[in-house]
Amino acid sequence: MAKTILEVRDVKKTFGGITAVNGVSFDVREGEILGIIGPNGCGKSTLFNCILGQLQPTDGRVVLDGEDVTGLRPSEMNRRGVSRTFQLLQVFPQLSVRENLILAGQEHRGTMLSRLFGLRDVGLAPDADRMIAFFRLQHLADEKAGGLSYGQQKLLDAAMAFMAGPRMVLLDEPAGGVNLTMLGHLEERLRAINAEQGATFVVIEHNMDFVMRLCTRVVVLAEGRKIAEGTPTEVRANPAVIEAYLGH
Amino acid sequence: MSNIVNLLLAGLATGAIYALVAIGFTLLWQTSQTINFAQGEFVMLPAFFVLAALNLKAPLWLALLIGLGASLLVLGAMFKLIIVDPMLRHGVLPLAICTMALSIFLKEGVKESYSAEASPFPSLFPSGNVSVLGAQISIQSISIFVFALAAVYLLQAFLMRTSTGRQMQATAQNPSVAKLLGIPVERMILYTFLINAALVALASFLVSPVYLAKFSAGETLGLSAFIAAIVGGFNQIRGAIAGGLLLGVVDNFAAAYVSTQYRGAVPLFLLIAVILFRPQGLFGRAEERTV
Amino acid sequence: MMGAKPALLRAGLLLLGLGLLIAVPIGLNRYGVYIMSLWAVMAIAAMGLNLTLGYAGQVSLAQGAFVGIGAYAVAILMTHGMPFIVPLLVAVALSFAIGWALGYPALRVQHHYLAFVTLAFSTLVYLIFRNEEWLTKGIYGIMGFQRPTVFGLSTRTPLAFYYFCLAMLALATAVMAWIVRSPWGRAFVALRENPIRALSLGVDTRRYTLMAFAIGSAMGGFAGALYAPLVEFVDPTPFTLALSLNILMMVIVGGSGFFFGPFLGAAIAVLLPEWLRFAQGWYLVIYAAFVMALLVYTPTGLLGVADRIMANRRTRRASAARAAAAAALDAPGLNPEKP
Repeated sequence: MAKTILEVRDVKKTFGGITAVNGVSFDVREGEILGIIGPNGCGKSTLFNCILGQLQPTDGRVVLDGEDVTGLRPSEMNRRGVSRTFQLLQVFPQLSVRENLILAGQEHRGTMLSRLFGLRDVGLAPDADRMIAFFRLQHLADEKAGGLSYGQQKLLDAAMAFMAGPRMVLLDEPAGGVNLTMLGHLEERLRAINAEQGATFVVIEHNMDFVMRLCTRVVVLAEGRKIAEGTPTEVRANPAVIEAYLGH
Repeated sequence: MSNIVNLLLAGLATGAIYALVAIGFTLLWQTSQTINFAQGEFVMLPAFFVLAALNLKAPLWLALLIGLGASLLVLGAMFKLIIVDPMLRHGVLPLAICTMALSIFLKEGVKESYSAEASPFPSLFPSGNVSVLGAQISIQSISIFVFALAAVYLLQAFLMRTSTGRQMQATAQNPSVAKLLGIPVERMILYTFLINAALVALASFLVSPVYLAKFSAGETLGLSAFIAAIVGGFNQIRGAIAGGLLLGVVDNFAAAYVSTQYRGAVPLFLLIAVILFRPQGLFGRAEERTV
Repeated sequence: MMGAKPALLRAGLLLLGLGLLIAVPIGLNRYGVYIMSLWAVMAIAAMGLNLTLGYAGQVSLAQGAFVGIGAYAVAILMTHGMPFIVPLLVAVALSFAIGWALGYPALRVQHHYLAFVTLAFSTLVYLIFRNEEWLTKGIYGIMGFQRPTVFGLSTRTPLAFYYFCLAMLALATAVMAWIVRSPWGRAFVALRENPIRALSLGVDTRRYTLMAFAIGSAMGGFAGALYAPLVEFVDPTPFTLALSLNILMMVIVGGSGFFFGPFLGAAIAVLLPEWLRFAQGWYLVIYAAFVMALLVYTPTGLLGVADRIMANRRTRRASAARAAAAAALDAPGLNPEKP
């Protein structure tokens, strides 16, 4: 079995009196595509935010490569090779597509000083162009990201997460609001990166078909707890999962 | 002891004025994200409306009414229609800068068209002192305090008890939801501007007899109202009242016990400390944060 | 291919502007040259604030205080007989350090709260200028220091000092251009547009926030260091909150986040009131009315409007080209631009 990259242990998050995530544990193994699914409001995004340091977990631990990284700042997590996308679009509208991508990689190169006095593109322009070509955005490379269509921005958003050559990427609803053609394109690109670079993915998704096609393993959350874990086929047949989805 | 009582009561009188001005400030922020840097000048101006009416031989009561009416028109309706409405959708900052320009406009306009000197303003209350807990307090101060608090109380009652008031509150808390509920949001926002105009006019009529009517009178008052609003809690009226009273007392004690050079610094330190350690204000509730 | 023309146009405009700046003051009287020098100084201060606010999105109402800090540092050290370069460096370094410290509140609070913290700071600094007589001579002010000699050339005459200011403005512009086009500039924009996303991409938003404050403030200090020898007298009066607000107004009116916005904004704030002198006491009223009208019609500032017009024209040209291409194809259902 592949080596475990990330261990999530009993992570819990409460807001005031409300418990959003209630003691969730799971492992992420090297090179896999793990899906996290569950009904609306089951705490998926909060769990992501806890893992990545956007929120401080109330309790529990997050372990990356055997090292406790609980509550580390998001920028630190990112420099350790963990990258993410957000549920809502998060590109920088006033920067061009290429600039967005260079930004996504620049903090991984050199020091603060070399970033002030060194090359303007930190030597990343070729990488950015390769990424642009990979996601087939060549004709838009110099456009401001704010002028792109929703689907194109979504691709850029994903591309940014891969710019720094991360070992693990957490994707928060990559399929949300994307039309079918674009979705197929995105799925195929994700699969390609997974195969070529051996990058590990954790995907939160509502679109069940997308998850079932893409993921090798699935974790199901309901009301802040993990209720099932297994291959897509196992999970689909699990009565607790059916109950959770139909019960809401 | 009597000195302390004296300072406390004088402080509450000043504070009541701050509260009036701070409430208006808070209301504008809540309903239309307007940070009004001209709020101090808004207090300065109504006194000059009254003086102008008096110069035309109007009796005092009529002059005050004219002053109030002119304030509602100019500082309420016109301010909203000409400046705030066209700029609102462009964010907080350009509008804030525009109110800075407005403050220069009002200040310099009064200076040029009326007078650069301080003008006496007729007192609405008898002069003289009364004895409270062994301290001599001017009837003026007590009247200011009573009138200001009465106005605040009436406003609170209006906002809490009447349906228009509740609609205004809903608008202040969440304009888009209010719109969905069928509340005429635009009209409610206009009402807040009118209420602000009425509050500053009242503040103007109350302070001008004491500090005289002068084009630059708003400078310090505006800043104090800002500080009061933030110290109390920017997002609610209760906070503005408490902040205003607290700041008035702090001001008066600082004037008595801190060197004259640095007494102005005391409220600023209070402001910085509150913003850094309790940004929701001493009496405010925390705004929910969304990631 | 498409980029060459605008670049050429920009270079041409830049040269033309520079030529005008060099030529115009020769025909002006003493006071006119003084006003032009003041414009150069204020443009530097506004450029600094434009980095903090326009690029990095951090509101500051304290830029005037940094101009004051720079001016006092130079006045105090020069009356102790130091050559100009030393006080100049001290002024910049001191403003950088204090600006860095002022950035810390920005890590906790944002927007209007940050505005008020910096506003309070600005007023406190003014109180120190006025009250710490042992250091600043209080309301009597500091005088008796001389304009510097640069490379053996004296800048005593107004025109010579103006050219000195212009050279310093060019230097500041070059430094600023370097910063905003470096990866730092990109990180500043990211910080302004979406700090949470920036953080998730490894951008250390804390450090960049502090840097945005420190560099912007250092520019303010630099402007102050030039202001002192320009006026040859430093007292607290110019450095009230009003100066900070005025510099902020320059940035917004010129176009916040546009590189040359501060130049325009400073021109309006410094030169316009002078042109309005004929109106005597009313000039400030007219000026304020003008600024209000300008903001109501162009809330994104002068360059913001110019940018929008250019963008519109570009889109119109592009869609015209597309329409022509589609017409040439003349095959229904084969429109290549279908979104």
